[in-house]
This record gives sequence, structure tokens and C-alpha cells, in this order.
Amino acid sequence: MTWTTADTWIVVAGALTAASCALLGNYLVLRRMSMMGDAISHAVLPGLAVAFVLTGSRANLPMFVGAAVVGVLTAMLTQSIHSLGQVEQSASMGVVFTLLFAVGLVLMELWARHVDLDPGCVLFGAIELVALDTTVRLAGLDVPWAVVTLAGMFAVNTAFVLLFYKELKISSFDPKLSTTLGINANLMHYLLMGLVAATSVACFPIVGSILVIAMLIVPPAAAHLLTDRLSTMIVLSVALAGASAVLGHLGAVTVPGWFGFRDTSIAGMMAVAAGAILTIAILFAPRHGIVSRALHRVRLTLQVAQEDALGLLYRVEEMPSPRPPVAVPALRQALALGPLTARATLAGLVRSGKVEWGGQGYRLTERGRDDARRMVRAHRLWESYLVQFMGLPPDHVHSAAMRLEHVTDPAMQRQLADRTEQPQRDPHGMSIPPAD
Amino acid sequence: MSCGADRAGLLLTAAVADHLSQALRVLTLRDYNTRVVVVGTILLGVAAGLIGTFMLLRKRALMGDTISHATLPGIGIAFIVMTALGGDGKSLPGLLLGAVLSSAAGIGCMLAIRHGTRLKDDVALGAVLSVFFGLGVAVLGIVQSMSRGNAAGLESFIYGKTASMLARDAAMIAVAAGLVALVCGLLFKEFALVCFDQEFAAAGGWPVLALDAVMVGLVVAVTVIGLQAVGLILVVALLIIPPAAARFWTDRLSRMLLAAAAIGAISGLAGAMLSALLPHLPAGAIIVIVAGAIFSVSLVIGPRRGVFVRLREHLRLRRTVARQHLLRAMYERVEAITAARVGTAAPTAGGDAAAVPRSALLKARSWSQGYLQRLLRRGQRWGLVEPAGPDSYRLTPAGAVEAARVSRNHRLWEMYLITHADVAPSHVDRDADQIEHVLGHEMVAQLEALMASEASRAAVPPSPHAIERDSNTAAPGSSARGSASG
Repeated sequence: MTWTTADTWIVVAGALTAASCALLGNYLVLRRMSMMGDAISHAVLPGLAVAFVLTGSRANLPMFVGAAVVGVLTAMLTQSIHSLGQVEQSASMGVVFTLLFAVGLVLMELWARHVDLDPGCVLFGAIELVALDTTVRLAGLDVPWAVVTLAGMFAVNTAFVLLFYKELKISSFDPKLSTTLGINANLMHYLLMGLVAATSVACFPIVGSILVIAMLIVPPAAAHLLTDRLSTMIVLSVALAGASAVLGHLGAVTVPGWFGFRDTSIAGMMAVAAGAILTIAILFAPRHGIVSRALHRVRLTLQVAQEDALGLLYRVEEMPSPRPPVAVPALRQALALGPLTARATLAGLVRSGKVEWGGQGYRLTERGRDDARRMVRAHRLWESYLVQFMGLPPDHVHSAAMRLEHVTDPAMQRQLADRTEQPQRDPHGMSIPPAD
Repeated sequence: MSCGADRAGLLLTAAVADHLSQALRVLTLRDYNTRVVVVGTILLGVAAGLIGTFMLLRKRALMGDTISHATLPGIGIAFIVMTALGGDGKSLPGLLLGAVLSSAAGIGCMLAIRHGTRLKDDVALGAVLSVFFGLGVAVLGIVQSMSRGNAAGLESFIYGKTASMLARDAAMIAVAAGLVALVCGLLFKEFALVCFDQEFAAAGGWPVLALDAVMVGLVVAVTVIGLQAVGLILVVALLIIPPAAARFWTDRLSRMLLAAAAIGAISGLAGAMLSALLPHLPAGAIIVIVAGAIFSVSLVIGPRRGVFVRLREHLRLRRTVARQHLLRAMYERVEAITAARVGTAAPTAGGDAAAVPRSALLKARSWSQGYLQRLLRRGQRWGLVEPAGPDSYRLTPAGAVEAARVSRNHRLWEMYLITHADVAPSHVDRDADQIEHVLGHEMVAQLEALMASEASRAAVPPSPHAIERDSNTAAPGSSARGSASG
């Protein structure tokens, strides 16, 4: 494909759209009101129709004001039906937005002559036409009017988030605390809802009313999985939103080609790109990803199994000869491991040079024996401690010590030894190996 | 000129007659087309109302929204696949199968997000809804650029074509409605159990997951069939609004199901007829608006949780509370005056009741002049209070009995709080103030048993704390305000 100025403006418009939405979306996600984005982006329709008829123009300002008013109205109606009628929040939201959307459709039909609003355009947007828009000359560049509008929206949202950073943060995480601190949580809520409505209207011509929801929710959700800090989350969400715009545009041009088709809707592919980013975050986010967590679990399991295996080999060395050889079956039986885990455990120990194959079974190397001694020392010190200070009978302390030995560092070992007065033998009469 | 006016009048009459006959045709369902649309929307309203009720109670009202948006990619892909295989791209069973499969995939993603990550339910719903819809838009974008196959009409899955519903569509809706009614009838008890107490159902060995799957499966069926008949927004609305409206009319699940089905049916009927009368307006939107009107009416006058009923109960309670406060204030004043005058303890109920000046009453609570005036006037109307002179009042015999009862309850509760809840005597007045109005006979009997002591067996026990609101009448050290806790 050849990159043209039109492509540049499409990507810029898409990125501004996505970033404006993502800025506010962070708070929707944190407040657990993501579906409010859905509700508002549907419900603004009558606001648009009324604004058109009242002002007789398609100028931006009346549209944004009309949308913001209906956005706040949606939030208020949802809240009042919820509290007046004890209707569950999401149900009351559903009632309000379907009804307002229907009213909007009827108004648009009734005033069809005045309102040249195409429901299809509102639903799907037309990002492809951005570059064909009338342009304004800014800094020697012919900037499409849509890009100027979106840049304005982005600036407003950025200013909102920066100005009210503390207020938004406190009222999102703890509305009661914010009230006691003198921050009006309700006011912040309605300000946010009004801005969400205005933003979704600003974005309708670009991505349409449904895909606005994707831009509002999906990048912040991905960012939420990647970090635990609000400021980082906001910056990340904007970056991911920009990335969805770029990837969406590239995808719209290239992906259909793989299956022998021409290009497809850029807005649609932006949502798909955002979805792909979310999927990657769900799977591979460092701390919260599904795969990362599974890997972490496997690593932990293997580490525990390796330490247990070292301890087992050390205890076998303590036995009088003839000692039983320790190979995979013996290890599995002693530590209740699966065949794969047992093999992986031993392979890891061999690789790190702690264990070697000695003809009939595995045996400790010098390095391995040092580690093993430390493990067994920790184990037996814990057994002594549990018997002396917890009053547990000696035949009940083994499994507890088995778990505790893995989380005992040298400092803790010294403390344990001090408390138990440097015992030579554990409650079972086994000698406790020296520290080093 | 008169001739012209006559002509105009004639034309007008003809036009009115035309409209009337048109309305009559619609209302009597004489048109085959109108009949199909009315039957179809009624049945859809019934089906959506039934299954929507369970979804509402399961707190999943918006799931239908997500499911319906998630069907779009499946429809587009099914079209592409069927066209690629050389078949008719718009074969309905194929498109519906695609819709079902893709909404199932959407539900799968939703469950994965909800259970596999720290993201919450709302994000799962919103993300699946918008990303699947985006995928659908992208797929439809491909479909439109395809050389083979005529993709026109696929967008009716989003907007619907309520007014031009075919008999085939109505028949499919009828099948879906029959299926929903049958399954809801057969699994009524199980669904109810899952809706109201999931943990109990699971502990009792019911297959909660399978029941949930059946429930969501029915939503998918209604959604997919409703989508191409009436459009996305109407299906979503019919799944949510009638059940939410029905909730105002009854607390019984079986009646709520019937009410939701009826409201759905009425919305469908009235909406379809209205839109037949107003053919230039979108039928789906009209049906939603009718349903919304029914919801609003239910919200206001519904006998179970309606605003009106709750307001009336609230006012009634406030009136009772105000009356009892007035009586107790009168009683306490009388008690104080008598004690100060004679130096003895509490007056007996119905005994010679002293007159209480209004200024003394005003100090009893944080009443404003006007409010106290209104309260006293109401007290006279109830026959509990009567004027005893210029600007002073006394209790009537009936009022004295009631006042003694109220004060007794108040003090019993205070004594209970002091002895059994270890609340300081100076702090019990406010707590008792709230409880005294809701003490029933049984509760009072229990309190009496608990407080088996001289004080509580008295007609009205003395107050366990000082009633210091009026220094003129409350002489310190009078026996009425000694510590007399049981």
C-alpha cells in the first residue's frame, strides 16, 4: 500500500478519537460503570435531534451541549429510577437508554426534513471521509475540520483529567471518603457523564455510536490489567488507544487482503485492534495476565519441588548404608509429584549443578549439599520451634515445617535458632545440620 | 368562493373519513400485513418478557444487549462462508446459525474475562459488546466489497424491519415463544431457585451452571430470532423493560412472569397498531416507547414498589411518628407540672390532666411554631388534644390513654437499653425515640417480662433520665427523674 496524506489524517483522527475516549473511560472502568458508556452513547440521540431543531444548524457547540445535557439526564434518570423504584442499577440503565434511543429515532423521523442525520452514519461513523472534510489552514498545514474538533475534545478531556485528578481519583475509589473531604462525588459523577456524552458525540462521525464504547472501555481495561497505578493507567490507556488506531487502520487495509478481499471498515478494525490488545493484556499482563499467573504458579511449584528433592537426597545421605537409590519413581513417591513435574524438577537441579546422576540414582553435588543442608536445617529448626512454642505434638509438625522451610531466609533461621536455644537435635531426634 | 369552501370542506371530510377508515382497518386487523406484525410483536413481547424476568432477577439485565451485539460478526461470516460455498448468502437458517455461534463465542469471552481476570462484570459486558460489534462492522465492510453475493438487507439485523415482518418471521417467533414458555414452565422451580439463592441451589445439588446455560440459551434464541424481525434495540428493550415494569406489580415470581409477558404483549400490540396508523414512524421505536410508558405508569402507581404507594406509606409513618411525639411531649409536660406542684410522681392515665402551655411544648422538641400549630390542630381533629385556655392545651381522656401507652413504650425501651445494652442513661432517649413507634404488642410484652420489676409494672414507669428541656417545669431532684432503671 502507499501511504498518503489521507492515511495520515485518518490515523490522526482515529488516535485522537480513541485517546479522548480512553481518558474518560479509565474512570468508567474504575467506577464499574462501563455500561454507562453504552447507555450514554445510545441515549444522546434525542439530544442531537433537539439541538438540531432548536438551532437549525449542525454547528458543533449546540450538538455538544445537547448531548451533554442528555448524557447527564441519562445518568440522573438511571439513578432516580434505581432509587425511587428500587430497580437494579443495570436494569434501570437499560430501561433509560433503550427508551431515549427510541425517542431519538422517532424525533429524527418526525423532523426528517430538518435533521439531515443518517442513523447509519451515527451507528457506524465514516472515518474514511475525514480527509475529504473541509480544511483549516493551521501552521502551514491543511488540517481537516474533524481533526480540529477532535483535538479540541482531546484537549478538554485532558484538562478535565489534569484539573480534577485528585477529585476524580478519590471519588472513584471511595465516594464516602470524598464526601467527608468536601469533594462532591455526585458533581464529579455528573460532570464525567456529561463529558462522556459530549465526547461520544464528537466521535460519532469518526467511529459511530457503538465503537465509541470500544474506545471508552477497552484500552482502559487493558491498561488496568497492566498496572496498579492510576496515573500510569491513564497514560498507558491513551498510548494503547493510539496504538489501536494505527493498528486498526493498517489492519483494515491489510487483513482482508490475506483472505483475498479488498479493504474493510477502519472503525471496525480499530475496535478489533483494541480487542486484540485487551486479549494480549488478559493473557500476558506481567502480574494479572492469565498466562503470566500460570507460569508464575508453575515456577513456584517447580522451585518448591526442587527444594524438597534436595532435602530428600540429604536425608537419604544421612541413612546408614545400604542407601536406597533415588531416581524418578522414588522421588515421585516421596514427594507426591506427577511424572512431568518430577522429571522437570530433576532436570532443573542437574542443569544448575546441584545434583548429578550417579549410576543407580541421583546424588548431591557439593553445591547441592550446601543448599540441601540449609533446607533441612530450616525444616528441623521449625519442627523444634513448633514443638517448643506452639505446643504441637512432635508427630504433627512435619507437614507444617515442610511448608515453612521454603519461605525461611537466613536471618529468620538465625532467629529461630536463637529462640530455640541452638538445639543439636530436632524433636524426632535427628541431628540439625550446622548453619555453614 | 362558497363553492371553493364547500370543496375544501368536502375534501377535508373525505380525508378525515379516509383516516378513520384506515384506523378502523388497522384496529380490526383487517390487513393481512398488520395481522402478521401484530401477532409477531405480541409473541416476541411474551417470550422476551418471560425470559427477561429471570435475567432481571439474576441481575443480568444487560446481558441481552451484549448478546445481541455479539451476533453481528457471525451473521457476516456466515454470509461470506455460504456465498463462498456457492450457496445463497442470505439463507436464513445459515445466518441464524452464524448469529448463535458468534453470540456463544461472545458469552464465552465474557465468562473468561469475568472469571479469569480482575476486570469486573461491566467491563466484560461492554468490551465484548463493542469489540464483537466492531468485528461485525469490519466483516460487513468486507461483505460489501465482495463481488459475488448481494449483501443488501443484512443491515436489517441491526435496524430490524418490524413494519414489513413476514409470516415466516412471525412463525419463527411463535416457535421461539413456545419454546421459551415451555422451558420456563418446566424449569420454573429450578430457575426460581437459581435466581433467588444461587449458593443454596448449588449446595442442594442443582446443576446451577447448566440451568444458567439454559437460561442464557433461551435469551440467545429470543435475541437471534427477534433481531432480524424487529431489530436490535427493540429486542434489548423488550428483554429489560417489561420485566422491570412487572416488578412493581407483584412480589410473586409466577405473577411477575405473567405480568411481564402481558406487558410485553400489550407493548407489542399497541406499538404495532400505533405504527400501522403512523406508517412513517419506525415501528420498533414506537413499541419501545409504549413499553416505556407502561414502565413509567408502573413506576408511579405500581402497588408493590411504586413511588405512590411508598410515598403514602412514608407519609403515614411520618404522621404516626409526629402524633406519638406530640402525645409523649404532652405527657412529659403534664408529668413535670404535676410533680413540681404536688411533689409526687407520675400522674395516672386519664386522671386530672393539667393544661400545658404551648410555649412549654415548643421546647420539648425541635418543632417550629408553625409545625407545632399544625400538629396541635391535627391532634384536635384526632380527638387526642383539646384546648384548655388561651394558648394552652390538655390531653383528652382518649389522648391521655394513648399518651401513657406511648410514653410507657418509650421508657420500657430506655430501661432495656440501660440494663441490657449498657447504654448510658443520658444517651438512651434518642435511640428510644426511633424505636418507640414500631414496638408491637409482643415486643412490649417481652420487654415487660425482661424488666420484671416494680418500675415496669407501674402504669407508666418514671423516666430513667432527666427530661431537661424546660427549666420552669422541671424542678431538679423531683422523684420523677431519679435513676429508676429496672
